[in-house]
Amino acid sequence: MSSDSDDELIETTSDVIPASTKASPTPEKEIELPKFEKGLADKIVEKFGTRIKVAFVKHDRIRIDVGRDDVKEVATFLRDVLNFDHAESVSGVDYPQDKEIEVVYHLGSYTDSSLSRQILVLATRAQREENPIPGNDATKLPSLREIFYSVEFHEREIFEMFGVYFQGHPDNRRLLLPEDWADLPPLRKDFAIKGR
Amino acid sequence: MLKDLITPQNANVFVGKLGDILEQAIDKPLGYAINWGRIWSLWPVHIETACCSVEFGAASSPRYDVERFGIIEAFGSLRQCDLIVVQGTITRKMAPRLRLVYDQMPEPKYVIAMGACAITGGLYFDSYNVLPGIDGVLPVDVYVPGCPPRPETLIQGCMLLQEKIKRMKARKFV
Amino acid sequence: MNNELPPGLALQKVDERIMTLNVGPQHPGSGHMRIIVQIDGDFIVACDPDPGYVHRGEEKMAEYRNYITNIPHLERPVIHDSCNILYPYVLGVEELLGIEVPERAKYIRVIASELNRCVYTMYWLAIYGIFLGHSTMFMWPAGDRELLIDLLEKMTGARVTHAHFVPGGVRNDLPPNFEDVCLRQVNYFEKRIKEYAAIFYDNPILIARTANTGVLSRQDAIRLGTTGSVLRASGVDYDLRKKEPYDVYDELDVHSNVMKEGDSYARSKIPWLDMLESCNIIRQALQKMPKSGSVRVKLKPNPKGKGLDSVYKRVESGRGSLGCYIVSDGKPEPYRLKLSVGSFRNLIALPYLLKGEKLGNMPAVYWSLNYWPVEADR
Ligand code: SF4
Repeated sequence: MSSDSDDELIETTSDVIPASTKASPTPEKEIELPKFEKGLADKIVEKFGTRIKVAFVKHDRIRIDVGRDDVKEVATFLRDVLNFDHAESVSGVDYPQDKEIEVVYHLGSYTDSSLSRQILVLATRAQREENPIPGNDATKLPSLREIFYSVEFHEREIFEMFGVYFQGHPDNRRLLLPEDWADLPPLRKDFAIKGR
Repeated sequence: MLKDLITPQNANVFVGKLGDILEQAIDKPLGYAINWGRIWSLWPVHIETACCSVEFGAASSPRYDVERFGIIEAFGSLRQCDLIVVQGTITRKMAPRLRLVYDQMPEPKYVIAMGACAITGGLYFDSYNVLPGIDGVLPVDVYVPGCPPRPETLIQGCMLLQEKIKRMKARKFV
Repeated sequence: MNNELPPGLALQKVDERIMTLNVGPQHPGSGHMRIIVQIDGDFIVACDPDPGYVHRGEEKMAEYRNYITNIPHLERPVIHDSCNILYPYVLGVEELLGIEVPERAKYIRVIASELNRCVYTMYWLAIYGIFLGHSTMFMWPAGDRELLIDLLEKMTGARVTHAHFVPGGVRNDLPPNFEDVCLRQVNYFEKRIKEYAAIFYDNPILIARTANTGVLSRQDAIRLGTTGSVLRASGVDYDLRKKEPYDVYDELDVHSNVMKEGDSYARSKIPWLDMLESCNIIRQALQKMPKSGSVRVKLKPNPKGKGLDSVYKRVESGRGSLGCYIVSDGKPEPYRLKLSVGSFRNLIALPYLLKGEKLGNMPAVYWSLNYWPVEADR
């Protein structure tokens, strides 16, 4: 079950994902970007300028990429000004080539009926360690729990599944895995399952 | 003479021995009666381990009604139970608990492994958190295959267990 | 002795006044999870849900299977609501591959997912009956749900694990004469579940046990990000079938049920009202469905996404909004797949609802969250 042998690592690194994919640029031919979503994205760009990157604007979905220092500020803006009031899902994605782990928040709104179709995808990245010691290495991100209360259990899950420690989270205990789990965080790409 | 033989310390042993002798004398009829009692009052523990529990629930619904065959609905207190139906996947977190539950049940106890997951790991053969079957944890009496097994299959499994109990030596557990 | 046991199993010290109690995983009022409650006399002062007893690593395994072989294995978290849990995944894969689904398939999907919602809710209701010690309420729903299971079995060939939705449509066309049988069964089913009002929902004992227990205010419901019946019982009108209609829900007249109280009673009543609504939707869909036509577009073997892409699709399942986030890197397997399930999202409300509640009310509050532990753990 230990999976930090070298050949596996090489195998994962050969799934080449271009480094530029971190934020695929907005489509150049601006044929018909949906209006409402474009307006929302513009509002965010207006406020934060180059500190954020709008990765895509599709129907009902906007994705913005934020650095790890700005994520709290952006999230507060999204909640207070744009009325996104809860997080639907928080997922981690491991990118071994970029040496980063991405944490993706899907934000939605119950209170604002014009936003009820919208999902705002807020993505940020944490540094990835080759030999993780969950909680005690550089894989850290600020927790959004004070801003979106609903991320509490999701962030606990990410911590055990990817080893991303959320600073400021009151309760970084284990949630789903067995108490005596001592292997790598299982959803990292270098953790290989039986016989694969 | 007898007084010297029986002290308060060994009274229990003596009575036990007496039971042995008695039971050997009337082995056949007594064993038959005991087994008959066991067959028609199998009480499963209420422990759900994965998604097969849906079909286990359906088996005690009015349409299938396992109670007809002497298997009572899942029951809360494991001290009164003698059957444990392992309803599907056993994860690494659940395995010690399952064993704990089994150990706390009084003898005699029987185990039915329900579903592909409980038998070999099933769909989750390569998962990192699933045991490949429960044979390493519990001694299994009857395997009920399927993913999930239909309630009829479960009922048939229970009836096989009853057949098995009928042929068991009752004395083993007395 | 203590040292030999893993930390979760170790015995805890008993305080003089506050006592820690493990409810589950072997407990008739817990299902597949453990709830660690601290009680002061009869009152719960703190509660710590401990899920994960059925964590099987679905998301990791999905990364090793291609888009088609993922289908049967992704429905396992909720086998009795399998159409709904596959729905967002299938919608997502269709968007990744750029497939347009035939009209008739969309209607069949709606019918199947509404039938499945009823099947799920009936099972949930049956267990709720057991939790409250109401045996009739176990027997009735558990029996009536077989009616719809029969329908789904006719349609898909399996009792609970249907694997009926595939990218590009549904696996099979409806069997001959299905519409009539379906209409008849659904009408009968509706008549049956209306009787539950008299035995269960208007029952003074049930009202005494569930009304005003575990009240979740509107603000809290929003703040905690709850979903589905929990959210709608707290007065927030948010049903994805209306708010973000997928497939043909925008052509159907969907009414979403909302209650203001936010207590266990409201939370237990909303799914029942939803079932009545589902019967309406099925009847409409049967009427509007094109009478013939293809139900599936042919896919190439081993379909792939086009380069790096990600989709997030969500549907309204029996337990609330169910999202599926797929990241594809142009391979036949997803690069990452995340299921954001209603049960997991509602779990966060449990500690808030149980605080200050009597221990005896715990099962009533806990199961009213419309919680299915296997799904929450994935
Ligand atoms: S055998 Fe199938 S239905 Fe049963 S627990 Fe395993 S996956 Fe679930």
